Amino acid sequence: MGQQEIELILSRHWSSYLNTPIFIVDPQGNLLFYNEPAESILGRRFAVTGEMTAEEWSTIFNITDEDHRLLEPHELPLNIALQQHRPVYRRLYLAGLDNVQRHIETVCFPLIGQADRFLGAVAVFWELDD
Amino acid sequence: MKVTLWGTRGSVPAPGPETLKYGGNTSCVEVQGTDGTALVLDGGTGIRRLGAHLPDSLERVDILLTHLHLDHIQGLGFFGPLRRSEVETHIWGPASTLHSLRERLSFYLSPPLFPVYIRDMSRIILHEITEGEFQIGEFKITSAFVVHLDPTIGFRIKSPSGTLTYLPDHEPALGPKEYPFDTRWTSGYDLAIGADLLIHDCQYTSEEYKTRVGWGHSSMSDAFKFGELTQVKHLVPFHHDPNHTDDDLDRLLDKKIQASRPTFRVTPGIEGTKFKLDGAGPGP
Repeated sequence: MGQQEIELILSRHWSSYLNTPIFIVDPQGNLLFYNEPAESILGRRFAVTGEMTAEEWSTIFNITDEDHRLLEPHELPLNIALQQHRPVYRRLYLAGLDNVQRHIETVCFPLIGQADRFLGAVAVFWELDD
Repeated sequence: MKVTLWGTRGSVPAPGPETLKYGGNTSCVEVQGTDGTALVLDGGTGIRRLGAHLPDSLERVDILLTHLHLDHIQGLGFFGPLRRSEVETHIWGPASTLHSLRERLSFYLSPPLFPVYIRDMSRIILHEITEGEFQIGEFKITSAFVVHLDPTIGFRIKSPSGTLTYLPDHEPALGPKEYPFDTRWTSGYDLAIGADLLIHDCQYTSEEYKTRVGWGHSSMSDAFKFGELTQVKHLVPFHHDPNHTDDDLDRLLDKKIQASRPTFRVTPGIEGTKFKLDGAGPGP
């Protein structure tokens, strides 16, 4: 496998220093990285899950809206950022691999690099105090 | 492929009795192909002397700019071929979001910073590059963005006689908590892997780097680690800090080679040094 794009490399390293949960995917939606704060919400260490295809991660995490309706893949904020190349904000429930359901809010945005190269998307999320 | 170092200093020219050995000119490297192709890597102050050494028969020269910081373009206005109507000069530089390459070069090559407008220079053809491949004469060139301040391109130049990688301003250690890191997540890796000759930033000592993280440059130590990670055959430490004297550089390099016993050959980035890649392994 070749080296990642420089903007993705910088995004990963930047997120690894932050105390805000961050999840990074490539243009096909495949998971490239999530940082340590995200591990506590997603319920498993990145070192254990590793990279995942879009199909894997969008089904392995149980994601519902605030009425507890399961979100279809095309409704997931990260997928909207990927497909429509625009930022998205949403509140939702996410059950991670520890099967704990958490109320979160997320901002997802597309990664558009030098020369308008589309490189993927980033989800920043927080757990809400209900 | 013949490679000649015309300027190896970083940041600002550093002429003086204490830099006579390594030289005071800023980044400029000449690459000659066996078919007569003439490439110039960066237009630092070293390009002035290079211009005076190019043959009268020259019809075309290609200047590849890694980025537009002043130490990489300061010599352009003094490059002789730009005053020779029979020479076509192609300048390749990184694209930017808002301003064209011509506009950005004109920030410097126009009054009041410079007395001559770029439009009044002879036969310049500009090429904006991002990530990709292009061919100049016998050279297949790969360009890719690398970690430095402002959009900066690194080059991998391949010919039948060998591969040269040019990363004069590069901070691959920026970011990972432990460096070196996974190769897929290391800036410049694809450009440098297995290169016969790697010309790489080594601006700082390890002590200096501690207070200059994020400035876009490497310590000597990190440059050596990058060379090991990418399994290059020959490393040329380059882009020397203007405050480092000949004695400083001799001492730093000797100490580093003794301490790390690199698996690759190391030749100091001294102005005037020539390398020949002939498929039988590089050598100065």
